[in-house]
Amino acid sequence: MIWPIDLAILTLVVVAAIGALMVKDLLGASVLFGSYSFMMCLLWSIMGAVDVAFTEASVGAGVSTVFFVAAVFRTTRRTRD
Amino acid sequence: MIDLISTVVAKYNYWIYITLMMIGLYAMIAKNNLVKKIVGMNIFQTAIILFYVSIGVKKGATIPILEHGHGPDAHQVVHAVDYINPLPHVLMLTAIVVGVATLGVALALAIRIYNNYNTLEEDEILVQIREK
Amino acid sequence: MKIVGLIIVSVTGALLIYAAADFPAWSDPASPASTYLSPHFIEKTMEETSVPNIVTAVLADYRGFDTMFETTVIFSAGVVCFFLLRISRREEPEARHYRHVLTGVTVQLKEGYKIPPSADFERIDAVWTPPDLIIKTGCRILIPFIQLFALYVIAHGHHSPGGGFQGGVILGASVILFAISHDLRTAVRRMSEKLIGILCAVGVLIYAGTGALCLLLKLNFLNYSALAGVLHVDPVTARSHGILIVEIGVGIAVLATMIWIYNNVSSAGRYRQGL
Repeated sequence: MIWPIDLAILTLVVVAAIGALMVKDLLGASVLFGSYSFMMCLLWSIMGAVDVAFTEASVGAGVSTVFFVAAVFRTTRRTRD
Repeated sequence: MIDLISTVVAKYNYWIYITLMMIGLYAMIAKNNLVKKIVGMNIFQTAIILFYVSIGVKKGATIPILEHGHGPDAHQVVHAVDYINPLPHVLMLTAIVVGVATLGVALALAIRIYNNYNTLEEDEILVQIREK
Repeated sequence: MKIVGLIIVSVTGALLIYAAADFPAWSDPASPASTYLSPHFIEKTMEETSVPNIVTAVLADYRGFDTMFETTVIFSAGVVCFFLLRISRREEPEARHYRHVLTGVTVQLKEGYKIPPSADFERIDAVWTPPDLIIKTGCRILIPFIQLFALYVIAHGHHSPGGGFQGGVILGASVILFAISHDLRTAVRRMSEKLIGILCAVGVLIYAGTGALCLLLKLNFLNYSALAGVLHVDPVTARSHGILIVEIGVGIAVLATMIWIYNNVSSAGRYRQGL
């Protein structure tokens, strides 16, 4: 458990989470959510949870982002807040 | 002063997990757009999963897969101290997959709402409902 | 609403941070989470189930009930998406668009008329962009390797990180890639709706059926050592094979659900046009 890497990736996770919620474009929010999910996967691999990291990489950073983009495609892309 | 620093170093990761959970909770309550609420729900879920998985870490232990399981030196004694606790991983695997199923249902509901009211902002939907 | 949200969040956050002072020290081998049941799992998995991946053994054997109901939850999520979005009203017949393959000329036919399926004309959606040749060819080369990797992940769930869920999701992602790079209509023609719905149910049936088979062989539900008589092996290896069978069931159910949800969400139920 190397704490500099841990701290750096945790900071990136918090930044990606805040970014996904503040962007006014829903497509950008889904892409930032995909990057948040991938950073989580890295955190879990550092902690040694390899099965959980594998699942999050395939489910969160893969299929979940595609669902978001498909839903944004079907509704509107701009948002006021 | 040394006491404060040692407390911070021991507990800082729990504080960051709690911060993430609170970011997700705030998004679910206070954001107007439905898709942002769904993003907040997912952030909340993954932050809780992160907290659970971090409980199972042990210092100096390796991943919970036994090496040389079927080889020539197969029957060595296994010490539980050498391996990370696998029980939180199992429970959180279920949680992740249920999370993506919930995401699918939530997005289907959002598309239906958009088809009906032609907007995804919560206050405009409430105005349209009250006018009817 | 924002002020209420801020108050709630800060109060809850302060309470949780105050409670975090009582948590056990991080990465402590003697923390309460690691003392009661997990040493038994770590030490006895090899002798009782002969599966080196402890997480897979606990997921599919020791905690098999949770995984079975989780598979049911995934299946019901797919069914819910289907019921919410799939419109089956026979609307008035709309105008169809066809495209001559060789010359690229698009033809629009009025309501009710259609061209019988032939090799020269392909049916396109109302809003259509020409699929890029590079993307189409690249994805066609890549998809068989993705599927092969997914089957490897399912089959090697005993010895390496992986298992039924991960492999099933990667398989579903390969079919979604096919639907994105080509048309949604082409993908639905390859894997029809009926096949996906049946596959989803078959996955759950394999899991519950294995448990019921163990019940019929006079042991507990989901106690895989009952399969020792059917497979002609000793009970420990029968547990390992039982885990493999239920992982395959879970993989099939997850594959079908991912494709089903994507089909319904990306076309808003009408299956006329995809992403």
